[in-house]
Amino acid sequence: MAEAGHAAPLADEKHGLVSHQFEDVEQQRSAAALGMWAFLVTEVLFFGGLFLAYTVYRRLYPEAFAAGSHHLDVTLGSVNTLVLIGSSLTMALSVHAAQTGDNKALVRLLLATMLLGAVFLGIKVVEYAEKFRDHLVPGVHFHWHGPDEGHVRLFYGLYFMMTGMHAVHMIIGEGLLGWLVIQGRRGRFGPHYNTPVDLIGLYWHFVDIVWIFLFPLLYLLGRH
Amino acid sequence: MAAHVTPPSTYYKIFATLVALTIVTVIVAFFDLGRLNTVVALGIAVFKASLVLLYFMHLRHSERLTALVIGASFFWLAILMVHTLMDYVSRQWIPVPGK
Repeated sequence: MAEAGHAAPLADEKHGLVSHQFEDVEQQRSAAALGMWAFLVTEVLFFGGLFLAYTVYRRLYPEAFAAGSHHLDVTLGSVNTLVLIGSSLTMALSVHAAQTGDNKALVRLLLATMLLGAVFLGIKVVEYAEKFRDHLVPGVHFHWHGPDEGHVRLFYGLYFMMTGMHAVHMIIGEGLLGWLVIQGRRGRFGPHYNTPVDLIGLYWHFVDIVWIFLFPLLYLLGRH
Repeated sequence: MAAHVTPPSTYYKIFATLVALTIVTVIVAFFDLGRLNTVVALGIAVFKASLVLLYFMHLRHSERLTALVIGASFFWLAILMVHTLMDYVSRQWIPVPGK
């Protein structure tokens, strides 16, 4: 049965690239990509729940949310948005380097992506530290100089939950990128096999998209 | 069909557009446009996310099955959002005696 379609897979099997359940590299690649997208669907719904909670409570307490938002640092938030978009660019260029077999550029671009991700997380640490100092972390030490303390606390609860979950995803992404760097240095990726770079790229861009929505909703809504 | 190789020039153009849109959305946020502020901010965010999805995530050159999966995820997200908001938005419309 398998003889009919053997010619192409055998050529690939020589390089140990195709698992036995797949016909060829391309089928294997598209199956892996579909799996990654299916995972990202669950991620859309995971963050969707947080965005829904935000939408409902912002509708109920618009003034408290605007006041809480006004206290966030819009400069740091904007810089972080640009840093993250930059990291998406280097990630996209990494995929291109892997596809064209430029291994040096691949490792360099992956390291650049990791660095930009670390800058993002570093800025986030500075922001979180400011919130701890200003008693804006929900809990026994939360204190708000203004009306509607309970609802402002709700805003900060959502702020920490949403940006915190986003940061957790960034940290996982950094780990995945580190693994790609090690594999890349061993020369594992090239024009014939770059699926892990492609798929971790999808994950990284997804995390970028989440921030693209978090930034205006959390930082910009109380600005004017 | 091999995976489509997007040229770096496309990535640079998308990056430049995303940076420009980020600056625009920050500037617009400092003007009071009433309800339009949220509409503009979300409109720009949706447009930026679409660019990332289409070009950085290669949706533009993906199989139709991928597009279907992504479409399905937005459909489920819409069910989550719309059905919950139908309740919260309409609660004040009908006065409930004793409330």
